[in-house]
Amino acid sequence: MNVKRQDKLATIILYVIAGAIILVLVALLAFILIQGLPHVSWHFLTAPARAFEAGGGIGIQLFNSFYLLVLAMLISVPLSLGAGIYLSEYAKKNWLTGLIRTSIEILSSLPSVVVGLFGFLIFVIQFNFGFSILSGALVLTVFNLPLLTRNVEESLASISHAQREAGLALGLSRWETVLKIIVPEALPGIVTGMILGAGRVFGEAAALIYTAGQSAPALDFTNWNPFYIASPLNPMRPAETLAVHIWKINSEGIMPDAVAVSAGASAVLIVAVLIFNLVARWLGQRLFKKMTSS
Amino acid sequence: MDPIRQRLLKKSRQAKLEKRGRLIGLLCISLIVLVVVAIFYFVASRGLATFYHDKVNLWDFLTKQVWNPGTKDSHGVPAVGALPMIVGSFLVTIFAALVATPFAIGAAIFMTEISPRRGMRILKPVTELLVGIPSVVYGFIGLTVVVPVIRRLFGGTGFGILAGTCVLFVMILPTVTSMSVDALKAVPRYYRDASAALGATRWQTIYKVVLRAAMPGLLTAIVFGMARAFGEALAVQMVIGNAALMPHNLVSPAATLTSVLTLGIGNTIMGSLENNALWSLALILLLMSLVFNLVIRWIGRKGAVKS
Repeated sequence: MNVKRQDKLATIILYVIAGAIILVLVALLAFILIQGLPHVSWHFLTAPARAFEAGGGIGIQLFNSFYLLVLAMLISVPLSLGAGIYLSEYAKKNWLTGLIRTSIEILSSLPSVVVGLFGFLIFVIQFNFGFSILSGALVLTVFNLPLLTRNVEESLASISHAQREAGLALGLSRWETVLKIIVPEALPGIVTGMILGAGRVFGEAAALIYTAGQSAPALDFTNWNPFYIASPLNPMRPAETLAVHIWKINSEGIMPDAVAVSAGASAVLIVAVLIFNLVARWLGQRLFKKMTSS
Repeated sequence: MDPIRQRLLKKSRQAKLEKRGRLIGLLCISLIVLVVVAIFYFVASRGLATFYHDKVNLWDFLTKQVWNPGTKDSHGVPAVGALPMIVGSFLVTIFAALVATPFAIGAAIFMTEISPRRGMRILKPVTELLVGIPSVVYGFIGLTVVVPVIRRLFGGTGFGILAGTCVLFVMILPTVTSMSVDALKAVPRYYRDASAALGATRWQTIYKVVLRAAMPGLLTAIVFGMARAFGEALAVQMVIGNAALMPHNLVSPAATLTSVLTLGIGNTIMGSLENNALWSLALILLLMSLVFNLVIRWIGRKGAVKS
């Protein structure tokens, strides 16, 4: 075959491939939204789930997802900040740092089900937290930490060295330089990474099945005392999240309208992840403009 | 001692702050390392109990085909043959990688070589969105769309390796694509210029120069995708059929390591053989993810030497 013809053919094939991928995404999104959004109503978003009859909602699961997300981020954000700062600012280039980097890499590539099983063994059984929000939040922290840490480290590393020298020249200690000059400048990248991490955590299910549990006991939304057993804020209650709920009703088919409920729940999950994505991008750009006065 | 000298010899507030800050960072990082060590220790101690405590032969565990931990075979040995799950996991992983690779690399070439502007404006957000879709949603779509289609086309239940492959293909596609884009972008501009100056067409340049220069990066991307596919649990579990049998064809119900784990752990008693056998499967998963890591490092080192 003529080289030119070959070139044309290859170009066409590449266009087809690119088109196919876009088509797959559009089909996926359209399917979920068209199937799911008609089921989404105020009742669906707030009513508790029903196990044996149709017409249940996802209210408790939705609340659990957000509560778990907030708790997990509360634990993992400071930890990842500290770890990221250490790796980018203090760690010397030696075998120990190499070892630390390797272990973070390994942690980030572990299958989430293995992380979940580890959490089951440690938090649920060893520490006796039981199937609870606390166990779930801790597992999500383990699951999220390596990625957040790497994100913080990369964001900090991209800041020019002159900024550090400027801080030191002003008589600040290294720690103050980092906190008052470097971190603010790196904030857009850090925030974007954190929100994307939050989106990942929001959709995670495999790590939660055996830590946060697969049941959603009724909540009393009038009592916000964290020590009351049916209180929404009680961290020691089992809490099925939205993603776990989708898995559960699809693999144990006793709910008559399981397909409808999971379609609706999937749509809610996707919309939430989309919002996380958009907010991350918007906030990142906004902060960048604000922080860099550009 | 005069006060000036005293002040000079004492640690300043800054120095104390510096020390404290450094300590905080060190604590955070040691916590992460501790978690990694703990994961390996606990999963290994549980997973090895099958072999030490219940006296199951390691070789039998890896090669026998009957998985029914509650019962014993004719020799009084518990029937824990993990081969069906190991084969299942490897098959879905390899098939998913085989299908995803041409698509991912094709898309990456499109984004870097053919139409960077449209690629960045359309394809990049598309892959980013695909990454964000939670795995249960993929599983749900697999269950309601892919499985019925396969059932209609090939008969049977529709559950099996093929359905698992389809779901995993879409799941790993965005990861492999974005990593391939990075690999292709890392190829220096003058490679392409030199090739064009020799009279090569665009496709010749891509095929004979760019792809080859980016090969280590592309391989890393594929292995990374395979690691993800191997460890994916729920999406696969929902469409694979969950029958711990040797897969005879692509559309008969099968099982993977992850699917057996997600279903089994809650239904067994801690410390029993059934439970320990499941932890051994978790240990295999853990070791495989380590192997994928090592392969990626090895490729990285090899690639670094060549260029």
